[in-house]
Amino acid sequence: MKGEKKKKIVKAIKVDVDKCNGCRACELVCSAFHATPKYSSNNPARSRIRVIHEPLQDIYVPVFAGEYTAAECTGRDKYVIDGKEYDECAFCRASCPSRDLFKEPDSGLPLKCDMCEEDPPLEEPLCVQWCLHDALTYEEREEEVEEEVEREKLEIGLESLANEYGLDKIIDTVARMSQKG
Amino acid sequence: MRYAETGFNLEIDLSRGSIERVATDPGLTELHLGGLGTNAKILWDRVPPEIEPFSPDNILIFSTGLLCGTPAIGANRTIVSTISPQTLFMAYSMMGGFWAPELKYAGYDKVIFRGKSPNLVYLWINNDNVEIRDASHLQGKGAVETEDLIRQELKEPKAQVAAIGLAGENRVYMASIEHGRSSASRLGIGAVMGDKGLKAIAVRGTKDVNIARPAEFMELCNEVLKYIPVRDQNPVPGVMPILAGLGSPKEMAIHDEEWHTENFMWGNSRVRRKGFWNEEIEKKWTESMENVRTRLISCYNCPMKCGAIISVPGVSTYMMKCFSKLTYTMAAFSDLDFGFRIAQRATEYGVDAFSTPQVMAFALELYEAGILTDQDMPGMPSDNEGRFYWLLDRIVRREGIGDVLADGTHWAAQQIGNGAEEYAHNNIKKHEQLPLKLSMLNPIYFLMYCTGEKANITQIEGNFPQAPFATREEREEFVKDWIQVPDEKFKEYVLNWEPRGENSMPYYPTIEATCEIVDWQEMMHYIDDAVGMCAGLSSFPLKPPYHIHNYPAFISSATGIDMDEAELSQIAKRNRTLLRAFNVRRGLRRADERPPEDHWKKRFPELEAQLLDAYYKFKGWNKEGIPTKESLQELDLDYVSEDLIQRGILTDDEATPSKEISAEKERK
Repeated sequence: MKGEKKKKIVKAIKVDVDKCNGCRACELVCSAFHATPKYSSNNPARSRIRVIHEPLQDIYVPVFAGEYTAAECTGRDKYVIDGKEYDECAFCRASCPSRDLFKEPDSGLPLKCDMCEEDPPLEEPLCVQWCLHDALTYEEREEEVEEEVEREKLEIGLESLANEYGLDKIIDTVARMSQKG
Repeated sequence: MRYAETGFNLEIDLSRGSIERVATDPGLTELHLGGLGTNAKILWDRVPPEIEPFSPDNILIFSTGLLCGTPAIGANRTIVSTISPQTLFMAYSMMGGFWAPELKYAGYDKVIFRGKSPNLVYLWINNDNVEIRDASHLQGKGAVETEDLIRQELKEPKAQVAAIGLAGENRVYMASIEHGRSSASRLGIGAVMGDKGLKAIAVRGTKDVNIARPAEFMELCNEVLKYIPVRDQNPVPGVMPILAGLGSPKEMAIHDEEWHTENFMWGNSRVRRKGFWNEEIEKKWTESMENVRTRLISCYNCPMKCGAIISVPGVSTYMMKCFSKLTYTMAAFSDLDFGFRIAQRATEYGVDAFSTPQVMAFALELYEAGILTDQDMPGMPSDNEGRFYWLLDRIVRREGIGDVLADGTHWAAQQIGNGAEEYAHNNIKKHEQLPLKLSMLNPIYFLMYCTGEKANITQIEGNFPQAPFATREEREEFVKDWIQVPDEKFKEYVLNWEPRGENSMPYYPTIEATCEIVDWQEMMHYIDDAVGMCAGLSSFPLKPPYHIHNYPAFISSATGIDMDEAELSQIAKRNRTLLRAFNVRRGLRRADERPPEDHWKKRFPELEAQLLDAYYKFKGWNKEGIPTKESLQELDLDYVSEDLIQRGILTDDEATPSKEISAEKERK
């Protein structure tokens, strides 16, 4: 079923790997922001952003945590960019069984970036604020999304009856009921 | 709960292979903060003066600073302390990078090594699991290579590793400890690590570091974060570009090397090449650097990009920072291509890029002078660059003449004799210095060169301008927003300091003002070294983000220890005095406190004596530079004064020492 087009704000962190200086301040401040009480401790292992880095290969990729996934990928790819070989996982945001990123070190529970959601909202997520070299920048962009039309209770009810008894039987029944007046 | 620090040290006995996790006394944090301060306390307590650097009873401490691992920007330094094989005094060398914060996250403030391992080993600290592992397969491997091999064999890419190369294994007095883009290079601490049979320390930590008053602390951090770009966009006018901004000198970023190449000395700190720099050289050197430099990089939680990844075609990649860019080039009268190429080999060997090129240039000078002959240098190539590689290979292997040179210029000259001593001319306390030779005595630098406990000028200079500004307008402009001064009088000193005339060097700043200026600059270094802050954001540059007015709040909100400026100054003074006392107990006396021989052409013996007298008095030391009983007691260091009195170094009435020991005689 097609709905109407609707505008929506998408929050995004733009990552420019060429600008990363590898200082990992993003990791530190993320974990401090999410500590309870706020800023009372820090621990990059709890951070929802990690800089995947291999200095001798000149590889620095800040990755922020996405969805939890129960299973790891069956195959892996390699990307060669500008002569540097990146593991596919270097760009992956999942909290996944194949690696220790984006998991609470004590419980193993998955971590996910929440863009430092707060009331009142911050101007930018903390990792972006602490990245003075603009390897991380914050963007809000408008996207058009199709909105699903909300269906009425009656339709949902009828559909489940139709699933159980068949649509023909429902039509017959409705006809009979209407003749009786 | 302990805040900012973990409250635990690791004690490792390498002879017995034992590992202990020991709770520390919070009272010591209040007295010394941490880092260099508590290192000095441990060394005082455990290493009596008769202990030789290569004795199993010498200890080697890898310490975090008090603020390492907190969000304080730039607090990432590892402070390594032991006895220097070269000066025989306390060696403390520091490195940035990622090692110290990782140790905090693993749950420790320090790792303290004693004893000697019978075979080469490395230490693996993985949170609560700590093990001594065999390193025989890493013997002879490069320092950078070792870091990588260890991460691979532990299958822990996030481990932070500090390692020595061949130089450390062979107890070369210029041996460094390497860690990624950083190194603890000065005073031969890599040799002590090698002597203990310790190839590397790998750390991985996933624990929390706690803050006592988080909201207050973060606000201070945010102020620093806001100030850094503002300060960066407003370089101090009238000073050379590399010293106008923050961070350590931006050698990896800049191409204009006119100032270094024309004002610093080439060869064995001998030749000044006025007019060396020209367009052709600038073009060639710019190309050299751009061909090999792949990225500018930082230490943990710091926006300054003082280091770089260097990939020279045909050899393995390494990292570099600061003046090591030019030391090999200038010592060998060569070019930047050579500099980057030999520094790769030197970094893998793990040697100090200040001392090592000078030792090699010293050897070649002795050869030119006929003091070293073809018999001493069998098979040495005829070209200068080839000779440098040849000497480097021999020094780190201690082969032939390399075995003599591996002890540094001072001890090598003693051994070679035949007038060689004259050629070891650029040392303080037997330690090689930056190749600088100047004209007019600068009273501030005179005191800093003489009395600095580390025998390294960058470890004491910083917050006060190196030279007077040319005009009154420039001076007024400079002091306008100079909030970092501990007292308004420092602004007066700058305003009245002139390049020529009555208020110029060597008699201005006055003796009294000079003492105050040196004391302030040194105090900032001692605070940095206790909290693990990089000098590049604090004690080294002009107008830094950290200073005496915001430091007490930083330390107090992080740790929960109440502190004001007076109390913090007192702690810095206590740490500084304890270091002095430790070295005094090992024989340091006034006679040792001299600048490099011909550092200044114009010398003023009478004024210099007055400067030393006044400064010693200002510091609470007697005429020999020994802290007096009263000043030690005032700093809660009664146990130090008792020890010095018992040894006859200090007499009860605080007169001159009754017993002379010199560090020279102590060495076998």
